[in-house]
Amino acid sequence: MTDQHLLAMHHSEVQVSVELETPDVTLNLGPQHPSTHGVLRLIAKVDGEVINEVEPVIGYMHRGYEKLAEVRTYPQIVALVSRIDWVSGYASEVPLMVAVERLMDIVPPDRAQYIRLVLTEMARISSHLVFLSSYPLELGAPTPLMHALRERERILDLIEMVTGGRFHPNFNRVGGVKPAAGAGSNQKKVVQDLPEGFLGQTLAAIQDVVGVCDDMEDLVLGNEIFLERTKGVGIIPVDKALAYGVSGPNLRASGVRFDIRKTDDYLPYDGFDFDIPAGENGDCFDRYWVRLQEIREASKIIRQAVETMPSGDLQAKVPRIIKVPKGEVYVRAENPKGEMGYHVVSEGGRGPYRLKIRSASFSNLSVLPWLLKGQLVPDIIAILGSLDFVLGDVDR
Amino acid sequence: MTALLDNFWVLLALKVLIIAAVVPGVALVFIFAELKISAHMQSRIGPYFAGGRWGWAQPLADGIKFMQKEDLVPEDADRPVFKFAPMVVLMGTLAVFVIVPFSPKLIVRDLDIGVFYALAAGSVTTIGVLMAGWSSANKYSLMGGLRAAAQLIAYELPLVLAVVGVVIQAGTMSMNGIVVAQIEPVFHIGEVAIRLPFLLQGQVIGFAIFMIAALAELNRTPFDMPIAESELVMGYLTEYSGIRFTMFFLAEYAGMFSMSAIAATLFLGGYYLPGVPEGALDVLGPLILMAKVTLLVFIIIWLRWTFPRLREDQLQSLAWRWLIPLALANIAVTAVAKVVL
Amino acid sequence: MALRVSKVPGIGLMKGMWLTLRTLFKRPVTINYPKEKEIPVPRARGVIALDTEACTVCMLCARECPDWCIYIEGHKELQPPSKPGGRPRSRATLDRFDIDYALCMYCGICVEVCPFDALFWSPEYEYSEGSISAMLHDKERLTDWLATVPAPPPLEKN
Repeated sequence: MTDQHLLAMHHSEVQVSVELETPDVTLNLGPQHPSTHGVLRLIAKVDGEVINEVEPVIGYMHRGYEKLAEVRTYPQIVALVSRIDWVSGYASEVPLMVAVERLMDIVPPDRAQYIRLVLTEMARISSHLVFLSSYPLELGAPTPLMHALRERERILDLIEMVTGGRFHPNFNRVGGVKPAAGAGSNQKKVVQDLPEGFLGQTLAAIQDVVGVCDDMEDLVLGNEIFLERTKGVGIIPVDKALAYGVSGPNLRASGVRFDIRKTDDYLPYDGFDFDIPAGENGDCFDRYWVRLQEIREASKIIRQAVETMPSGDLQAKVPRIIKVPKGEVYVRAENPKGEMGYHVVSEGGRGPYRLKIRSASFSNLSVLPWLLKGQLVPDIIAILGSLDFVLGDVDR
Repeated sequence: MTALLDNFWVLLALKVLIIAAVVPGVALVFIFAELKISAHMQSRIGPYFAGGRWGWAQPLADGIKFMQKEDLVPEDADRPVFKFAPMVVLMGTLAVFVIVPFSPKLIVRDLDIGVFYALAAGSVTTIGVLMAGWSSANKYSLMGGLRAAAQLIAYELPLVLAVVGVVIQAGTMSMNGIVVAQIEPVFHIGEVAIRLPFLLQGQVIGFAIFMIAALAELNRTPFDMPIAESELVMGYLTEYSGIRFTMFFLAEYAGMFSMSAIAATLFLGGYYLPGVPEGALDVLGPLILMAKVTLLVFIIIWLRWTFPRLREDQLQSLAWRWLIPLALANIAVTAVAKVVL
Repeated sequence: MALRVSKVPGIGLMKGMWLTLRTLFKRPVTINYPKEKEIPVPRARGVIALDTEACTVCMLCARECPDWCIYIEGHKELQPPSKPGGRPRSRATLDRFDIDYALCMYCGICVEVCPFDALFWSPEYEYSEGSISAMLHDKERLTDWLATVPAPPPLEKN
């Protein structure tokens, strides 16, 4: 209604809505709060239980990995990058190594690629299991946590069996995977190939993982209270998701069947048969469901890879001291949280001149202020949790 | 001795002492049960070391630990209200036990309006919660307190309405009278008198509504929005520590005990079990009631460790759109049946 | 990929309750830690053991360590000549070899780069301390770990 309109109306026609003016309360969620996954801070302006505005404050866990990488050699950086997203440490190592290999024009042997692929999918399963378990916790159900972590423990044990580390494997080397325990004459003979029983135990473990997925459907996904809390809550439409750079399962939950495993060739995924699950509405429920399905797909990939594991070397021929020729390359990978990319700029030294890290959680989190506007306080947590971010991945 | 017991004040002091000793004791057992049951539902072992076998002393150890902790009061808090709130909650919970009949004689006071008193005394705890939320000078506490108040208004009504069905059927509001009404034979098959608790006499919906409303009243999952650990940190409990936190904690489990005891008395026949001779009820009655209470407490614990929590608005819609109409229908059906049959 | 969600209200709640009840009567999977212990896999990176005999104080490990948590000091010592009448050999002797486990990030690069088989991974993990300064293990303590180094696991045959 324009001003002229208002003036033209008779006084009796002007409707005045009398509402009690209430100032918004500023509610600080975090940096110390049970549900902010570490040290995220949300400054929410709330009117009762309704959120009018929310401003995420990040950087409480900034460790400066991009800067650290500039003064370290490539083998040292491998040990660092698994700490970016510690829930799926192994998956963060692979794209960096692929980037260095592309700059050096090295192709890792098949067996190394398959081991990378199996461990990456295991990292995906363990990361998604953490989400499947912690998300109900944020809605108030503590039991799924223990059930999913029970099986995640087996996956972590398998990763540890091969690499020696549960969260930070540091198992990738330029040109393949870690070939031997050391450089000495004896340790050189201690080959770090898959230990005996690994393939069999993997098959048994992924069977249990699929079993716990069924349990999660019983315990969480089919639960009417869970449906009430998640269906239609926190909808990210496709255009918003794309505009904010949302990637990974969050993007697929909005209905976009985009998976870097299918489009890029950083690992030999083209030889495997797997689907890309996609949601319909892009709400919290779909984000949960997509990750549940992705565990099943990852189990399928692991089973195929274990059955067709090629034999051969663990590492291609590489010089003793890794020196990367001048050039730059961007390699991205489908990490559990979304697109993880490394832009390596080399000036020909033993370490990068610049390493730009594109982490999934940071971009996924950027949709938050838009997404939380007008929601209720309990839904902050429901939506926040459904984006499945790790603060280390946000702040780096 | 008997002369001493006839003295009103001595008897009163004795009864107060017994309740003040037994109820927290039972609450400790329930705390331990919750620790153990939740652990095993999650493939864990649970407490194991305190006290030797099975870690039976864990709740005691926790209690001693809490008492050693500093009793912090936030600077901006409304000190008297803040300090008084846990006592109100504990008092409200303990007061309910006045009318719980453990056996035909073992009852503190068999009030004529027993049920009414129980529900009224039980809702005093919410005042304490509101006091705690308001006086803590903490936004999370305030939101928790407000949620508790909203929850009280939404759930007190179905709770009372669910009980009305039983009261109509029993024809009395005295708790003992309600148990006696359940001892009355419903019908006879030949010589055998069939005695049924009100749950089996058609108060199934009433029982379900009562239990749901009781969960909401106790702030237990799936209705624990006033505490809502993942959203409001600890809700109205956020600023409490030490002995005052212990009081809230004990009150929660004592509340489970009292609500289960009322539900067992109203719907499950209280201290009476079909087949037990009436003469033995003085001795066996408390045990029978405790068995029923334990069963109900187990269900409450079981629900807590299975379900996520609802949202506040969803809880309101559940109460106003489903439970209250259902409870009203239940009353109408019960009343008609009472007149017709 | 069909979702096993029932259309009938309440069934979802029942399924969850059935699952928790079933788990209640199953054996717990957790290990009662100080009484029972998990046996770590041979490759587990628990603590670094040092073989002082093999160490030549070449400083490679200290240099390659990403967070510089290895402190090495040494001096040259004259050894008796190997052949009678020959020149006395000079040999580097280790004075100090400390690893600060409060800084260490367990990447294993030091073990990998050691050209003389002086460093090993041991899966031992029970060496937490009350004070952060006690996390600095000197060369005697590091040598003690050597006894716990397991044999490498057999490899998968394919």
